[in-house]
Parts: sequence; C-alpha cells; structure tokens
Amino acid sequence: MALTPEQIGSIAHLARLSLNEAEVPVYRRSLSAILDFVGQLNAAQTAGVRPMAHPLPGQTQRLRADEITEKDARERYQANAPQVEAGLYLVPKVIE
Amino acid sequence: MSLHGKTLTELAVGLKAREFSSVELAQVFLKRIADHQAALNAFVSVTQEQALAAARMADAALAAGRAGPLTGLPLAHKDIFCTEGVRTTCGSRMLDNFVSPYDATVVAKLKAAGTVMLGKTNMDEFAMGSSNETSYFGPVRNPWDLKVVPGGSSGGSAAATAARLVPASTGTDTGGSIRQPAALTGITGLKPTYGRVSRYGMIAFASSLDQAGVLTASAEDAALLLGVMAGFDPRDSTSVDEPVPDYRAALNQPLKGLRIGLLKEFFEQGLEAETEKRIREALAVYEKLGATLREVSLPNLPLSVPVYYVVAPAECSSNLARFDGVRYGYRCESPRDLMDLYQRSRGEGFGAEVKRRIMTGTYVLSAGYYDAYYIKAQQVRQLIAADFERAFKEVDVLMGPTAPTPAFPIGAKTSDPITMYLNDIYTIGANLAGLPAISVPCGFVGELPVGLQIVGPHFSEAKVLNVAHGLQRETDWHRRIPKAYA
Repeated sequence: MALTPEQIGSIAHLARLSLNEAEVPVYRRSLSAILDFVGQLNAAQTAGVRPMAHPLPGQTQRLRADEITEKDARERYQANAPQVEAGLYLVPKVIE
Repeated sequence: MSLHGKTLTELAVGLKAREFSSVELAQVFLKRIADHQAALNAFVSVTQEQALAAARMADAALAAGRAGPLTGLPLAHKDIFCTEGVRTTCGSRMLDNFVSPYDATVVAKLKAAGTVMLGKTNMDEFAMGSSNETSYFGPVRNPWDLKVVPGGSSGGSAAATAARLVPASTGTDTGGSIRQPAALTGITGLKPTYGRVSRYGMIAFASSLDQAGVLTASAEDAALLLGVMAGFDPRDSTSVDEPVPDYRAALNQPLKGLRIGLLKEFFEQGLEAETEKRIREALAVYEKLGATLREVSLPNLPLSVPVYYVVAPAECSSNLARFDGVRYGYRCESPRDLMDLYQRSRGEGFGAEVKRRIMTGTYVLSAGYYDAYYIKAQQVRQLIAADFERAFKEVDVLMGPTAPTPAFPIGAKTSDPITMYLNDIYTIGANLAGLPAISVPCGFVGELPVGLQIVGPHFSEAKVLNVAHGLQRETDWHRRIPKAYA
C-alpha cells in the first residue's frame, strides 16, 4: 500500500511533528513498506478471538484510591522546563 | 585473577572478605570506563563523584557489619532509568538536558541495597532500535569487533558489561532489547515476566511490552540482582503482587528430566547455519545433563514481528505525546505559535527512527484504521500467547537462538527499517506473551559470540535461571572476555 505525500503530511500533523521537504519522500517510502509488511496479519484467522487486553491472563489494570498522595514539588519539576515565570510554564500567546 | 575478570557474585565474596574495598573496585572500573569510552561509546554519563561517595558509604557499611548481598558492588544503569540529580537522556536530543527529579524504583532499590552506580549507558533513542545506531549520542561499538554493532536497544549496557567496564548493568526489553544485545556481545541477559520488576521511573516506550531486567556475566549474577529488583510496587499499575522467590537458592537444581521444547519455527526462519550449530551444541550439553528434547510448533509465532510493528508503534505514539516542549525536554528556537512550538520541538527533538514509529503508530490508531490494524494485531497476539500456553503444557522451557546471525557491521541495515526489525524475530514472542526469557552465550561464529535463548512460563524466572546456570556450570563461554579488554 502506497501512502501519498498528502497522507504523510496529515499523519505528521496528527502526531505534531514538523517534517522538512526532504523527509516526506523518506517517510512515504518506509511507512508504506511497513504497512505492507504488517499487512500479512490480514491472512490470520481471527474470527471470534478476543483482542489481548493484558499480557498476563486474568490480570486487569489495577486502580488506586483517588487520594492525594504526592507532595508539592513544583519548583523541582519546573527546574527542567524550557521557560517558566512566577511558577507558570510559558508558551507563545494562545488567545489573540 | 584481575578484579574486572571476576563476576558480580565473586566480587561480592571478595568485598565481604575485605580482599578489596568498594572504593578500590569503583576506581578500577571507572579507570576502565575512561580508557575505553572513546573506542566503545558505551556511556552517556559517567558519575565518578557520586560513585566514589556511594562506595565510601558502602565500605563503612561493610566495616560495621551492616552489609547486604549487593553492598559495594559497582554497576551501570541504562539511560532510560530516571536517576535523581543525574542527567537522564533516553538516548535522545529531546532529553539531552533533562536532570531527573526522582529515582526510578529499580534505581532506588539497587541504591538502597548498597550498589554503586558508575554511570548511565548509551542506548537506541527511546529504546527504538536493534543496533544502537539510533542514539543521539552516536553508535555504540561491539567490544568483540569495533566494526560491528553491539545490538540494541540496551547496546551500551551490553558493550560495557562484555568489555567488563562494569561487572553488570540494567537494561529494558520491549522486543528483545536485553536479550539480543546480550547475545551479540557474549553475555547473559534476562528479561523477567511482564510486571515482575517495577517500571516506575523507566521512560515508557510500549507499555504492554516494556520490562526491566539485567545484563550480566552469568545467570548467577542475574539471580543476585533480580532478587533485589523484583517485587510489587504500588507506583507501577502493571506491577504484579507475587512473592519473590530466592532465585539463587534454585540455581543448582539438577536438570535431569527437564523437558525442553525446541521452537520449530525458529529453526526454519532465516537462521544462519553456523549459529544453528552453536545452538545444537548447547542443546547436546542439556541432553548430557539428562534433559529431553522435543520439537514444538507454535504456528502463529511467525507473525510476531508484524504484530509487534503495529502494537509497539501504536503505544509509542501515545506514550511519546508527553514530549511537548513545554514542561521538560527540548524546545525549538523562537516558536511562532503553540502549534509551531509543538511541531518543531518534536520534529527537531526526535530522531528519524523515533519519528518513523510515532507516525506508524499515529496512522494505525487513526480513525477508520484502528480495527484493521490495532485490534487485528491484538487478536493475533492472543493467538501467539495461546500457542505458548499450549506448549508449556508439554515442556518446562522453550529453547532456540536469540538472534538469527551474529553481530552485523555498523551501517549494514540502517537503510531498510524492515531488515533491521527482523533482527528481533526470535525475541519478540516472549514480549507479546509477557514471558520471562534469558539469553546465554553458547559459543562463537568466527570471533563473534552466539546466544542461546531460554523462555519459560509466567513467573518462572527461578527455573529459567536454573536452566541457564546449568549450561554455565558445564561450559565457559560466559567467562570469555574480548582480548583487548581481558
């Protein structure tokens, strides 16, 4: 299956990835090849098979009580942020 | 014997007997790291000062008789594990400057047990790769031959352990990322059962597959480390509350009567002839020990790789959505608006293979394609898991090669992603079914090592380690060190 350059553009947009012009044909080729490769799954007989939801039989996602357990560590976490001011993360203006 | 030639278990004995101190050990290995970093590129960060401080504390504990089984032993962590106050890059430009504010549970447990971290090892970017060529920090080289890859994604941990720059290291395995590099560098690599070891603080790639484990000189060393790393962690919602057995106590169980299943499909799918001979020779050792061999067919197993390349990219596209250029990680220069900030930060911060997988995952999860790809893959995955379950009704463990060939030249497979993906053809099955599996060295093709893979039922790590140790009592492949590092 061959993806079009427009499809690559739309996938990149959904994934919030900027691609330069040289990258588009590269991903077009390799993504098309990957989709062809995984296409062999279509031949598998899976009627009535329940899709796997957890690798361990009988296990389900464990939930915890909805209680506050973390202490405030804002300053420590924001030490890794590209841009902060007065305890807030700074981003370009969102509302005109 | 030189200190670096000893296994972790032997070093533990020497420390207890005060033949050498933890500080001396740290210094020996730190010197080896410094001497060989330029050639191997196995480390992203070396934490000399913290290591020597931890070693001094370990020596005080040893002197006061407060030492545990791991006190004072040096090791390295794959740079996917968060380490408080230490740069944690995951092999990516995205996290080049990220200093973790907390320790991963694996790191915290090994720290509390008195181990001494010497540094963080290089890896494929976000653990996506089978050759360690996708790292932002450059490829890692194989100590057996600098022109070939060490495997991946835990390639730095594998190369460092194989060259004895550290006696042992941690790794992670999503589709073979511990076992395949262990095989390609001639060491022991254990991937435990899904949920056996906590993943809190381990940077997520594909959450239904990821598991933490170890790369060591021997199965005995892996048992020593796993005993400390395994166990329930309320901070990881996939962690399983199962008792942790004494892995070392089970190592010497006799193997007479052990029922070994040979994975028929593995011997048919692209297995190189000389590699197959080494595997058959190892199987003969088990027969001599009284084990029985029989061929077992898992008919859906050949679909492992296509299942993986739907499930893993899908989960990665979701997990890596957190890298937004706002809260931590790389941010592009002068963004025009918020969309531009997201797109360029991610476009510039991620490397080519990571972007390829994010886009593949985005596509297979997008509206109209979800059932055809993701649901279909999870159905076939269920069939593969059922194949394994059926096999374990007849045999105790399954065996086969870890990788189809020995290590390949750097650059040989970078132009075609599917050729690269097929390196993991024998390892992915255990991840899809959540099973424990180990790779142990079983000889050489030319100058390059070959690994035998042993897969067991869920939570059978004690048996898998026992079987691996059985081979290592009869052979000395695991004691071979590449000449330049002996």
